[in-house]
Amino acid sequence: MIQPGLVLAVSFGYLLLLVAVAAHGDRRADQGRSLIDSSFVYALSWAVYCSAWTYFGSVGRAASGGVWFLPIYLGPMLAMLLAWLVLRKMVRIARSYRITSIADFIASRYGKSPLLAALVTLITVVGILPYIALQLKAVSAGYEALTGGLGQSDAAWWRDGTLYMALSLAGFAVVFGTRHLDLSERHEGMVAAIAFESAVKLAAFLAVGVFVTYGLFGGMGDIWARAQAQPDIAGLLRLGGQGFEGFQGAQWFALTLLSMLSVLMLPRQFQVMVVECVNERHILRASWLFPAYLLLINIFVLPIAIGGMLIFGDGGAGAESYVLTLPLSQGAEWLALLAYLGGLSAATGMIIVETVAVSTMVCNDLVMPALLSSGRFARTGGDLTRVLLNIRRAAILLVLLLGYLYFRIAGEAYALVSIGLISFAAVAQFAPALLGGMYWRGATRAGALGGLLGGSLVWAYTLMLPSLARSGWIGAGFLDGPFGLAFLAPQHLFGLTGFDELTHSLFWSLMVNIGLYVGLSLRGRVSAREASQALLFVEVFQRGQAQPVFWRGRARLEDLRRLAGRFLGAARAEALFRDHARETGTALDSLTADARLVDRVERQIAGAIGTASARVMVESAAQEESLSLGDVLEIIDEASQVRTYARELEEATVELRAANEKLKSLDQLKDDFMSSVTHELRTPLTSIRALTELMLDTPDIQPQEREEFLNIILSESERLSRLVNQVLDLAKIESGMAEWHNTDVDMKALIVAALRSTAELFRERGAEVLADLPEQVPMVLADPDRLTQVLVNLLSNAAKFVPEGRGRVEVALRHRGDELVVTVRDNGPGVAPEDQAAVFDKFRQGGEAGNRPPGTGLGLPISRQIVVNLGGRMWLDSQPGQGACFAFSLPLRSKGGSDDG
Amino acid sequence: MTDRVLIADDEPNIVVSLSFMLKREGYEVLVAPDGTQALAMIRGERPRLVLLDAAMPGMSGFEVCEAVRADPELSGIRILMLTAKGRDTDIARGMGAGADAYVTKPFSTRDLIVRIREMLA
Amino acid sequence: MRRRDGPSAQVLLALCGAGFLLFNFPLLLIWDQPLTVLGLPLLPVALFVIWVGLIAALAWVSASRGGRGGKEPEKHEERDG
Repeated sequence: MIQPGLVLAVSFGYLLLLVAVAAHGDRRADQGRSLIDSSFVYALSWAVYCSAWTYFGSVGRAASGGVWFLPIYLGPMLAMLLAWLVLRKMVRIARSYRITSIADFIASRYGKSPLLAALVTLITVVGILPYIALQLKAVSAGYEALTGGLGQSDAAWWRDGTLYMALSLAGFAVVFGTRHLDLSERHEGMVAAIAFESAVKLAAFLAVGVFVTYGLFGGMGDIWARAQAQPDIAGLLRLGGQGFEGFQGAQWFALTLLSMLSVLMLPRQFQVMVVECVNERHILRASWLFPAYLLLINIFVLPIAIGGMLIFGDGGAGAESYVLTLPLSQGAEWLALLAYLGGLSAATGMIIVETVAVSTMVCNDLVMPALLSSGRFARTGGDLTRVLLNIRRAAILLVLLLGYLYFRIAGEAYALVSIGLISFAAVAQFAPALLGGMYWRGATRAGALGGLLGGSLVWAYTLMLPSLARSGWIGAGFLDGPFGLAFLAPQHLFGLTGFDELTHSLFWSLMVNIGLYVGLSLRGRVSAREASQALLFVEVFQRGQAQPVFWRGRARLEDLRRLAGRFLGAARAEALFRDHARETGTALDSLTADARLVDRVERQIAGAIGTASARVMVESAAQEESLSLGDVLEIIDEASQVRTYARELEEATVELRAANEKLKSLDQLKDDFMSSVTHELRTPLTSIRALTELMLDTPDIQPQEREEFLNIILSESERLSRLVNQVLDLAKIESGMAEWHNTDVDMKALIVAALRSTAELFRERGAEVLADLPEQVPMVLADPDRLTQVLVNLLSNAAKFVPEGRGRVEVALRHRGDELVVTVRDNGPGVAPEDQAAVFDKFRQGGEAGNRPPGTGLGLPISRQIVVNLGGRMWLDSQPGQGACFAFSLPLRSKGGSDDG
Repeated sequence: MTDRVLIADDEPNIVVSLSFMLKREGYEVLVAPDGTQALAMIRGERPRLVLLDAAMPGMSGFEVCEAVRADPELSGIRILMLTAKGRDTDIARGMGAGADAYVTKPFSTRDLIVRIREMLA
Repeated sequence: MRRRDGPSAQVLLALCGAGFLLFNFPLLLIWDQPLTVLGLPLLPVALFVIWVGLIAALAWVSASRGGRGGKEPEKHEERDG
């Protein structure tokens, strides 16, 4: 026996150590060097699955049923094979939509239904109480075994040590789970402590296993050899002895399936696996580390159970505390103390995570909706984070006290394993709605509600109530069917016999559950919100950043700010809006309350108070338009288009980057062009407007002035129309919209015609024109009107720049190789070398502005475009002071215009 | 005494209209066809007001404006910028260069003359 | 398509199916014999061996990231920045 004072001191010291570990984990998290950002720690935290039920109960179960303790751990092994598919999807969904509990997950999937959230929470609380009671029972039983103290549960409740243990565990859970003022969903310190506890319980259990197997016996073979001498023990290592039949096969299957589902559905598993997941890549390794942990902690179960039976010869009566009593009976008190610490780890780990998870659900899905529906709460504008935190603390305390109550009422009558399985069967009811909702878009809220309600009622009727009846809380006659109706006997519904009670209950409850779930889903119509949430869940992997936002309406930024401030606290709310402003590239004070921002605020609030409550709050703060199914489809359609674009964009990122650079310069060019066009349009307009106004306002204007003004107006109007025509012309050619009427063209004839039409111009300027044309040149394929336009432009340009009275222009046509070359040389001022490249740019006119001849600055660019379109090129040779020579070439086998007419 | 006003613009037809308008109002009118000559006339003739086109060859209106503002001796001269580019950046640039007012082309002579009167009052 | 950055769904589903078969009736009856392996009863030994086998298979599949020829791909980075 060990002194109670020592046990209490060691226990208390151990709990303090856990607090230190958690504080360290939180500190590291604050520093950004997360302690739990490792697949190893992640897997260890999953091992919270192994509660006191595993630690003490497995040996008990093995002592009475042999290998029947195993299916509870084989199921998780099978579940883990699919973890990368299923769990990763759960994590991704929860992360994307800030989901913090299993009730939230299911409610969010089915249209953010508060009713569903409340139902899941209720089922969880009712289902999980026996499980918490089990932990309390295990720890207090362990304490009794260790100290030899008498059972104290018959003492008055205020003298019951278990009550104080429950209270201190509640305090502990409060410290871990609700330490932070901000309601962040993740609790790094808690996870670190849980992982630490998992390591301790594994080490302690293995130590006891090694001590029993190799200290008390000569190894496993020795234990087995000795067991063979006792037929009742030897029979344990076979399935049901001689007659392993179909029904037992079904029971084995049921246990495997049940634990396979529970390892994902238990609130604490959802908490550590989904909510506390740091990085979904960790799932990959944790999914095999965790079964390996389970295997290790189970290796010595059979040896300890059989060893205990051999040593104590009690047929397994006290087997649930063999882990403690075996070392103790051999005088290994320190090992017994270590084993006790292991059991304490198992129990406290489970209780802390479970209560934190359940308190989140109770707070968000039971208390919040009630408070929100009472108007006073909704109207007060203050920061509610502290209120929420206190609600959660109270919920933790309440859950533990209820667990204690169950322990006082029913705990003594049951073996650990049967209590645990009742809880397992309860949470298994979540599986159809949760898993189905992740893969089946057609599942509806009505189906989920019906399935959950039906399944859990059947569970209560076939498993929960009979257990109460057995411990005398309900008349035993109930077991033969209420009101004497034998076909309603809870453990043999409709005369179905042969199953054990668990398999029987699981069969009926899951059948009703799935039947209602599928049946109602197929029959019912979905609301728009259900349809949109279904899509967001089922296709969570298909969407990257381009998630559709299913929200339409109007909201005021002020309201959103206030809402966020109330539930997130001022600092986090401020950060939220700052982040949004940065990501959308807008200034903080010019944010608009668009759908994306509303959605963002709603998600952040959902992290604090649950999706259903968040929905209610946003609804009350904004004027929403209710979406129809058609709207949802439309949004999905848009989003999928966006997604397609996004994917294409991603694939073409490199090309796009290059193209973007090019576009930028093009954009600059276009900008410059527009600016120039504007300038060129406004200048003549200015003269026209100013002169017209002046004439109107000056009735006594001189007649010659009036005539001068009218002439200016006329010429400026002509300039305007010329400009407009040329801009349109250029735009048409550049965009490839111009019509080209290409035929065989005699260039010589065209030049002669062009000279004839510009003859008057040259005569006015007093310039002579010399044409140097060969007898005959080959025909070219070209648009004759366009070519004439080019020639006239070059000739009139030359006419403009030659000196008055002594101008001289030479036109030449040459056949060179496989092209024709036309040159127009003048004896004007020429073009400075630095300006030569620019003469073909739009609106670059030669000459000093003051004495610049009239022109739009578009003639040369248009000419060059035409020549280029005909497959040729245009250039300029010029020496300043020696005149300019514009030339162009056309290929003889011209490819013609881009668009043969 | 009559106020002296300088018109600096490279578009002859605009110069025609502006000078007609100013003469009708009784101002003495000076004309400069480009920025360089405009600055020289500002220094030499000290007009009270300059109607300055922003986009002139050689020295732009902005540069003329900056040069005037940089010269303490020319501090009393008022400058009204005229531009055919209505972009905000151009207006900002004009104001940055120190112009007293900014008018975009095409302008109304009726409004313009009101502003000129105000500036010379 | 997404980059394949984990074991393929088919392989995992096949493993899970195999596990379900091996751990359940009727294949379970094969191991339910009054035999011993190295002095240990066959049934628990068989269950633990299958268990180890599944863990090893899962570990191998996870490590090779999607099966045969699977070279270690570069560290997966979220594009979300």
